[in-house]
Amino acid sequence: MDGYYAFMLVATAFVLVMTVPALALFYGGMTRSKSVLNMMMLSFVAFGIATLVFVLWGWSEGWGADGAGNANGKLIANPFHMWGLHGVSWGNYIFVLFQLTFAAITIALASGSIADRVKLSSWVVFVPIWLTLCYFPIAHNVWGGGWLSSHWAAQDYAGGTVVHINAGVAGGILALVVGRRVGWPRDAGRPHNLTLTMIGAGLLWFGWYGFNVGSIVFTGKTEAQNVHQFMTETGVTFMNTTVATASAMLAWLVVERIVHGKATSLGAASGIVAGLVAITPSCGAVNLTGAIIVGIVAGGLCAVAVGLKFKLGLDDSLDVVGVHLVGGLVGTLLIGFVSTSSAPGGIDGLFYGGGLSSLGHQLLAALFTIVWTGVLTTVIALAIKFTIGWRITEEAEVEGIDGDQHGESAYDLATGTGILA
Amino acid sequence: MKLVTAVIKPHKWEDVREALETFGVTGMTVSEVSGYGRQKGHTEVYRGAEYDIALVPKIRIEIVVQDDDADDVLGLIVKSAQTGRIGDGKVWVSPVEVVVRVRTGDRDAAAL
Repeated sequence: MDGYYAFMLVATAFVLVMTVPALALFYGGMTRSKSVLNMMMLSFVAFGIATLVFVLWGWSEGWGADGAGNANGKLIANPFHMWGLHGVSWGNYIFVLFQLTFAAITIALASGSIADRVKLSSWVVFVPIWLTLCYFPIAHNVWGGGWLSSHWAAQDYAGGTVVHINAGVAGGILALVVGRRVGWPRDAGRPHNLTLTMIGAGLLWFGWYGFNVGSIVFTGKTEAQNVHQFMTETGVTFMNTTVATASAMLAWLVVERIVHGKATSLGAASGIVAGLVAITPSCGAVNLTGAIIVGIVAGGLCAVAVGLKFKLGLDDSLDVVGVHLVGGLVGTLLIGFVSTSSAPGGIDGLFYGGGLSSLGHQLLAALFTIVWTGVLTTVIALAIKFTIGWRITEEAEVEGIDGDQHGESAYDLATGTGILA
Repeated sequence: MKLVTAVIKPHKWEDVREALETFGVTGMTVSEVSGYGRQKGHTEVYRGAEYDIALVPKIRIEIVVQDDDADDVLGLIVKSAQTGRIGDGKVWVSPVEVVVRVRTGDRDAAAL
């Protein structure tokens, strides 16, 4: 399986690109010009912190199981068994790194809900605690042989629950606890540079091939079976990722055209991400028809869902809930309907005569993630609110968080400014 | 001397400059500005949320000219910037007391 090993080196670098810089660009373009650097920094800093946390105890807590390679069937795993990657061979480093990039992007995704207004220091405190209490336990339960997968195994190919529902719930709770931006919703802050957002969305799509296709788990008993699986399943997941994403982009644009009169570039970029989110759990579970359905439902539903925050009064600034929670739920739950035994996952959903069992397992995994992360994120976010606090001063927020938190401005469009002090 | 100030549609700026150069105007100050008059702004929709964009981008031209030339310059700008549609802009003329060329210290007429 030399080819697989080489592929994983590349796939891991692909997923790194999704956070730095793809997500940072996607989010950065949507903020105001006075807060674009801070928005991008939340992703960059999250990657830095996630890296250290992951190699120290994250791998052990998420994938270490009982410490000897056997599923422990429990709600949590010991973060100290494999402290600092103790006992992990060099040959397995790339698999640690691959998962590391997932942890990083998940928390970076959540940062979109609290644009323009949060102290960098509070984010730096939040990220490692959240990864420890929410990300690694959910990954352990869904992927790492934990309690949930031992009792009600759901299909989650690359992270519909672990990554997207998780990030969506965390983002929603953060927006609620941190509170609205000054002047919101009257001054909702329209995107300052949609070309950045378009580049970011395109790069996310590119990186997502590493994310989804790289998430293959071998089930063969012999090398030959595994080679066969690798040479067939990767084509399916690559195809489904592409087809669902294209469908979602078009669906979002059609909804916009009908409801608001114009198909927008932000709609195209958002539709791409909604499709990618929804096909994340389902790319190995559905056939071509299923991928198109997943894409259309995700694009159409998320296009409507992003408007709900104004009705709810929730300043989820860049729609983490509307895109990642809703898109993650669409992908995770649709598996229960359109998954088919003719796809690599090998399980029939409701529409293919599989009854309600698959849907039930998918629903349980989604609910497990929502409840676990919902409760614990609330606790962490409130603890930070009542100790070090979340918000920069109102004055700094109005002036621009870039200057206040980083002492920088993204754009110097005037001449003759900035003489060396 | 007079200061002629014009606020015009950005895409008419090349026409205005050409007309003024042909007339013999040798320099001007041009800035990108925004504002609104009867044209008002417009709406933009991002992820379904409608934003009222009150300000419309415009070009502001400032030229200091001899008293005798003021009317001609004003007329040329109006003629070359006109599209006949709402939002064409405004031109106004105001008196100027002193002008000094920074390089030489020349004053008034000699400084133009």
